[in-house]
Amino acid sequence: MAHFDLLTKNDFTPILAQRMFYEQVDTVLWIRWGLYLFAGFFAVFPLIVAYIVLAERKIAARFQDRIGPNRVGPFGLLQPFADFIKLIIKESIVPKGANSFVHILAPILTLISAFLVLAVIPFGIGLAPVDLPSGLLYMVSVSSIAALSIFLAGWSSRNKYSLLGAMRGVAQLVSYEIPQVMSILPVILWSGSLSLVSIVQTQQYDQGWFLFSPPGILGFLLLLISSIAEVNRAPFDLPEAESEIIAGFHTEYSGMRFGLFFLGEYLNVFAICCLSTTLFLGGGSLPLQGYFADEADHMLVAPFDASKQSVLKLNAHHEFPENPSTGFRINITNIVGETQAFQVSHRVGNDLVLMANRPVEFKADAYSRVSAAARPSYAAPWHLSNLIMIPVFLGKVFFLVFVIFWIRATLPRVRVDRLMSFAWKTMVPLAIANIFVATIWFEMVIRPVGGFSARLLAWLVTGLLTAGAVALVFRINRNSYQANDPERRPTLISRSGDSLLAATTRGL
Amino acid sequence: MVYNYIFIGLLLLVATAFAAGPLVLVALLAPKRKSKNKNEFYECGVITVGESWVRFRMQYYLYAILFVLFDIETVFLYPWAVSYGGLGFFALVEMVIFIVMLLIGLAYAWARGALRWQ
Repeated sequence: MAHFDLLTKNDFTPILAQRMFYEQVDTVLWIRWGLYLFAGFFAVFPLIVAYIVLAERKIAARFQDRIGPNRVGPFGLLQPFADFIKLIIKESIVPKGANSFVHILAPILTLISAFLVLAVIPFGIGLAPVDLPSGLLYMVSVSSIAALSIFLAGWSSRNKYSLLGAMRGVAQLVSYEIPQVMSILPVILWSGSLSLVSIVQTQQYDQGWFLFSPPGILGFLLLLISSIAEVNRAPFDLPEAESEIIAGFHTEYSGMRFGLFFLGEYLNVFAICCLSTTLFLGGGSLPLQGYFADEADHMLVAPFDASKQSVLKLNAHHEFPENPSTGFRINITNIVGETQAFQVSHRVGNDLVLMANRPVEFKADAYSRVSAAARPSYAAPWHLSNLIMIPVFLGKVFFLVFVIFWIRATLPRVRVDRLMSFAWKTMVPLAIANIFVATIWFEMVIRPVGGFSARLLAWLVTGLLTAGAVALVFRINRNSYQANDPERRPTLISRSGDSLLAATTRGL
Repeated sequence: MVYNYIFIGLLLLVATAFAAGPLVLVALLAPKRKSKNKNEFYECGVITVGESWVRFRMQYYLYAILFVLFDIETVFLYPWAVSYGGLGFFALVEMVIFIVMLLIGLAYAWARGALRWQ
């Protein structure tokens, strides 16, 4: 075991902190940011999305026994560029009496929200454009800009169908945002962090994919379903249901403005798949890597010390205001600028001993209250592990994208009343129940750092609880899933008020 | 980590430029021919009757209110989840009480038919 003493308060003067701030915003950082902005966000992501569109057309064609686009270039591979040129030279019509400024603003906002979500996704080690300590909160807030853009589009068009689509869109997005943000809670609970980089590292080096637990499976499904609803994909594409309201909120959009909506939608699909991969599928890590973290360290991230375990000693008295004890998690920022959470193993007087089964390149603070310090010697060939992690990450993302296309080809559009009741009566209760099951998982596996037998027992307990919660919620809702008349459906909450629950609350 | 938000700001500019760029190209390349019929609202060839900016149904407000309620709940849940590892059992009890109070609200809205799409 190697021992590393971190800086004490005396070393960590404000002047030092200030210097380190300027050191970190140095030329290298600017070059990195420039690369992300102009290579990543201007070229790579739009290109990926252009080919996702082509892939969807090809795959949808296969599902419908057609060939799909195959005229432009070999196998139709140049089709996205042909589409782009076509959209550029088409006239953009603004209907008379419409609010033209808002009309233009709406598609731009769609794209902005999708781009901003992608800013916190870790595509590999050190490859998150930015690692925000509150990344998930940021992600949730910027992704809800999409609801605004849909409403602006529908309202500014001054068309009844557009407005209908916008109303539906806002109601749907607002309803599905609740289960979406709640299904993420187990992940936050287990990793003890809102930073997406830290969440991936917890899965990669510590706990394995969050998917591999009953509350993880339920959380992942809830996240996937509500994300599909959030980006208006089939079977939740009611805001643009062509058989009912022409094209919904983008009825009055033509040419490139429609193209921007289209691009924004697919960019959003890509973004939610990246997000689901990051949160539940372990980012760029291999399936069982987290369970064999010690070996995996050697395989993917070369340790900078021969020992597999590092012990960090931090001065609790100086650096932490709230007197942390065993089990407390501390964020350590490493050389790449990534933050990872460590559990306090024990205390020796005022010293905290942190356990880490991976190389640590330091140093840190509790929940980023003090800014990071120390520029250690850096010796790990993390660039090489990215050669594995980036393809693995993108592989998972494209698999999820394929699943979304598959769902679109398979399921018919849901009815509007079922759409809303599914969000509020099925997804929200399940998401809330999942939080508690996730807490039990935390207490059984994560806090005591349980081994195989603890995991097995926890699988049994939480599996039964999850199955029970799902069964209960579906039992309460069983009538609303049947294809009878909504007015005559006898439910727990019938409108005539013949149920116990309704009778109790009628007087309120 | 404040400097990270500089990147977010730059990204905001880049994203706006990325979205506005094609629109500028359209303004330069695409034809602009106005005609009375083309600039009408699209309603399958029928002329629109009455005002297009109609009022919202009451139903939407109920969902909006519920959304605000649960969104604020989530705002409280996120920091709770982050620090749960250091807090322990008592934090769980407090959160159970908090969520049960909200669930009563949801059950009430459910029972009164606020969640029923009419």
